[in-house]
Amino acid sequence: MDKDTFIEKLNELLAEEFEVDIQTIRPEATIKITLAMDSLSFVDLIAVIENDFGVKIPGQELKELKTFSQLYDYIYEKIQKA
Amino acid sequence: MGVYSCLGKNLEEVRESLYNGKSGIIFDPVRKEMGFRSALTAYLETPDLKGQVSRNQRVYMPDQAKYAYVATTEALRNARLDQDYIDSHEVGLLYGNDSTADAVVKSVDIMREKKDTTLVGSGAIFQSMNSTVTMNLGCLFRLKGINLTVSGACASGSHAIGLGSLLIKWGLQDCIVCGGAQEVNPYSIGSFDGINAFSTRESDPTKASRPFDRDRDGLVPGGGAATVIIESYESAVKRGAPILAEVVGYGFSSNGDHMSVPNVDGPSRSLEMCLREAHVDKKDIAYINAHATSTPVGDKNEAKAIANVFDGYKPIVTSTKAMTGHEMWMAGSSEIVYSMLMMQNDFIAPNINFENPDEDSAKLNIPAKRLDTHFDMFLSNSFGFGGTNSTLIVKRFTK
Repeated sequence: MDKDTFIEKLNELLAEEFEVDIQTIRPEATIKITLAMDSLSFVDLIAVIENDFGVKIPGQELKELKTFSQLYDYIYEKIQKA
Repeated sequence: MGVYSCLGKNLEEVRESLYNGKSGIIFDPVRKEMGFRSALTAYLETPDLKGQVSRNQRVYMPDQAKYAYVATTEALRNARLDQDYIDSHEVGLLYGNDSTADAVVKSVDIMREKKDTTLVGSGAIFQSMNSTVTMNLGCLFRLKGINLTVSGACASGSHAIGLGSLLIKWGLQDCIVCGGAQEVNPYSIGSFDGINAFSTRESDPTKASRPFDRDRDGLVPGGGAATVIIESYESAVKRGAPILAEVVGYGFSSNGDHMSVPNVDGPSRSLEMCLREAHVDKKDIAYINAHATSTPVGDKNEAKAIANVFDGYKPIVTSTKAMTGHEMWMAGSSEIVYSMLMMQNDFIAPNINFENPDEDSAKLNIPAKRLDTHFDMFLSNSFGFGGTNSTLIVKRFTK
């Protein structure tokens, strides 16, 4: 899967899971604000990514990922290595 | 009041179903495929709360919390309790619930399959706790008084209202959201099916629940949620609330006997205590909404208890479970709502499917057809596994 296809698929999944307008999911946007995440929602973000891409993000590492751009790079790199 | 049941999604729909003796029971082929002895169940849709409740709050809600949200929204609106009032007063919450099996099964299935607890998601723990309904309602409506789930088996919803009335009587709370909720899904009642408690009259689902009828062969599981707002008279008058009725008596008892087989003594003591606490004459009770679930021994023993306690006086007795099936944790609250709808609209819903009495039900005054009649006071029985009993007496409010 090329990176653009991966990003498109991930954005669709996140928009569906967190019920947000997919247009608001932009590379520079902040994950927490865009997805209206509260203190527990990170669990659902980890679950979506693990279920659909087979990549498990440790909670501590997820906290370091602020923007979607960082999230895309982190997951895509893991997919490539897998 | 507010309600979400197999008889309708709001008070008006439910009133109409009660008036017309409409059953909410269906045959569910999925249960048959799962190996159920009986595939009979009440049918209701899961409310779609998208747009009303945020995604981050909905993930905490199993179906029964969604039913309770709909019923409570209607009840708060009818009681004219707006968010400003709730935010500035300690409104309490006592709700009956005694299982959340579907959520538990689903999260355990994921843990077993994936060997990864994160994958059960952020809502699983809150959906899986027995207090899920009160946890959810307390947060959704920002309630600030007592916040407690009452688990008393099939008397849960009745005990919730009774205990709430005591807290108000003792001056500890002015206003409490009370009710009962019951999940509707195969997992929650599979083991109940396994002990041969359910009717197997699958060829005719709407005839299967037949409380007090000679040919009854078991109960039909149901569910949903019902909410009543109870409040001190002074508080209700002060804020100009529409006062519908008064909870005049709460009686309770424990059989101290068998796990599942009811007796006559326990329910009789609950009835007697309720009448004593209410300070009313037995002859003022025009209508009894019986617990009668359509099981052979349960209906028989309740009929005996009512006949013994009322000793020659024969109020009208029906079981709305003929239409709803057994709404279990919800039943004690929903049957207050059903009886209230009848009292407000001058009728008593038919005990449908009551075709032939047995020797005990023959001693009661059970109408198989709707009665168009005015009445001012009713009694509601709720009994549960483990021998818990609850009785409430409710009186029409008159200035």
